[in-house]
Amino acid sequence: MDFWTDPVEAAGEWLSGIFVGWGMNADAAHVLAAFVGILVLISVVMVLDIFLVWTERKIVARFQDRIGPNRLGPFGLVQPFADIIKLIIKENIYPVGVDKIVYNLAPIIMMTSVLLLWAVLPLTEFLGLDLNVGVLYLIGVGALGTLSIIMAGWSSNNKYALLGAFRQVAVMISYEIPMVVALLIPTILSGSMGINSIVAAQESSWYIVLAPLAFLLFLISATAELGRAPFDLTEAESELIAGHHIEYSGMKFGLFYASELLHTFTFGGFIAAFFFGGWQGPWVSEIPALGLLYFLAKATVGYWLFGWIKYTMPRIRIDKMMDLNWKFLVPFSFVLLMYVALMNALLAGFRATEGAMWIYTWGMFLSNILLGWITLEILRRRAHGERVKVEGAVVEAGHH
Amino acid sequence: MQTEWIYIGLFLIVGIIIPAAAIILAAVLSPYKPNPIKDSTYECGIETVGSNWVQFKAQYYIFALVFLVFDVETVFLFPWAMTLNQLGLFAVVEGIIFIGILLAGLAYTWRKGMLEWA
Repeated sequence: MDFWTDPVEAAGEWLSGIFVGWGMNADAAHVLAAFVGILVLISVVMVLDIFLVWTERKIVARFQDRIGPNRLGPFGLVQPFADIIKLIIKENIYPVGVDKIVYNLAPIIMMTSVLLLWAVLPLTEFLGLDLNVGVLYLIGVGALGTLSIIMAGWSSNNKYALLGAFRQVAVMISYEIPMVVALLIPTILSGSMGINSIVAAQESSWYIVLAPLAFLLFLISATAELGRAPFDLTEAESELIAGHHIEYSGMKFGLFYASELLHTFTFGGFIAAFFFGGWQGPWVSEIPALGLLYFLAKATVGYWLFGWIKYTMPRIRIDKMMDLNWKFLVPFSFVLLMYVALMNALLAGFRATEGAMWIYTWGMFLSNILLGWITLEILRRRAHGERVKVEGAVVEAGHH
Repeated sequence: MQTEWIYIGLFLIVGIIIPAAAIILAAVLSPYKPNPIKDSTYECGIETVGSNWVQFKAQYYIFALVFLVFDVETVFLFPWAMTLNQLGLFAVVEGIIFIGILLAGLAYTWRKGMLEWA
């Protein structure tokens, strides 16, 4: 195994070789080497998370025309470490009547649900498991985060926390449907559920070109699943104080905060993997390690995109949010699924023949644009009709 | 295949250990001086009234039911989506009929006014 084509495998072989040298059996040595590798990966992810706090604060500062943290170290880079020391030495308050076991378990499960996603995140060609149920795994682990929010809300013995948890349940069971359908479309196009295989299938054209509407659908439903503005109704400050983590203090609150940021970055990574070609890029077939750089760059852009949405949009009302999902996103997503499946089957002949690939690519792109235009036109007419119904008299009076 | 799930298991173990270590470290390092005022439930500055475990709204039941239908359906759709490139146009038409039946169910629920959030 050559170090330059597959450094992870080579490092694993080397490490398990050392363990075997100590008189360990070969299988146990492999498992132990994998354990050490995963420990290193997760430690790196946690350090990345610390810098995400800084990035987040800098991004929000730029959007609000401020400077952001700039006192500790160059560009305030040491600030997040100071925050962590503060969080660790802060008092842990147990409010009256909390269920201590569930209360303490909730932030741990929240972080675990995010860290588990990194098992299938295709960092490079050789890093990131290619599970044959990868997409379903992503959805299942995503639901684990909701479980922890319910646990936090229920165990806190606080009405606002419980209301926040209720809302999260409603949001999760609603927005999971368009998300699953948005993920079905890359599955159709690549013919695989392994996330790394989906990335590998995007060698000729990224799925943002073949399925731009699926990307928008995934972006909206992911924003809702992450609980970020404009869909941050679980922790709406103006109504619920802070939602599920009102009663948390110190490091437990820190874990909720850090896992939200890491979750966002991870979903930026999944957006990159499903729609922007993941680790694909120039010269990646010669130097596979270059893929890590491409992937992280694309994931950062995805993270920034979520931040852009969060700091631009005002929060919407819960009933409007449910309406948006059940009366628009769910029907639309299934129509899109049928449409993409049909177009993919009709244009399959062009994909198979040499030199006609561009017809397939452009056909998919233009048919998506057509469906998007038709949808917008229908929505525009409906909205106009509604407005005439509600404001008709007022508008008439204003004109005369 | 099985080795992949061993990796997932290892991820689960490490993923629990690291946040748990953070909480335990914080518990060791932080002071602990409780008093009744500090430990009271934080709601709005006035003392909490009534039980905190309120009832779930019955309306969630309809949404949960609709969600369940669609969620089970996706389990059927994933194998369909994976093999679509080999199966050709006929399987696509079958899938469209299947989704069409479900959308008819959604339209019925909508028509009955069950999707209103009040």
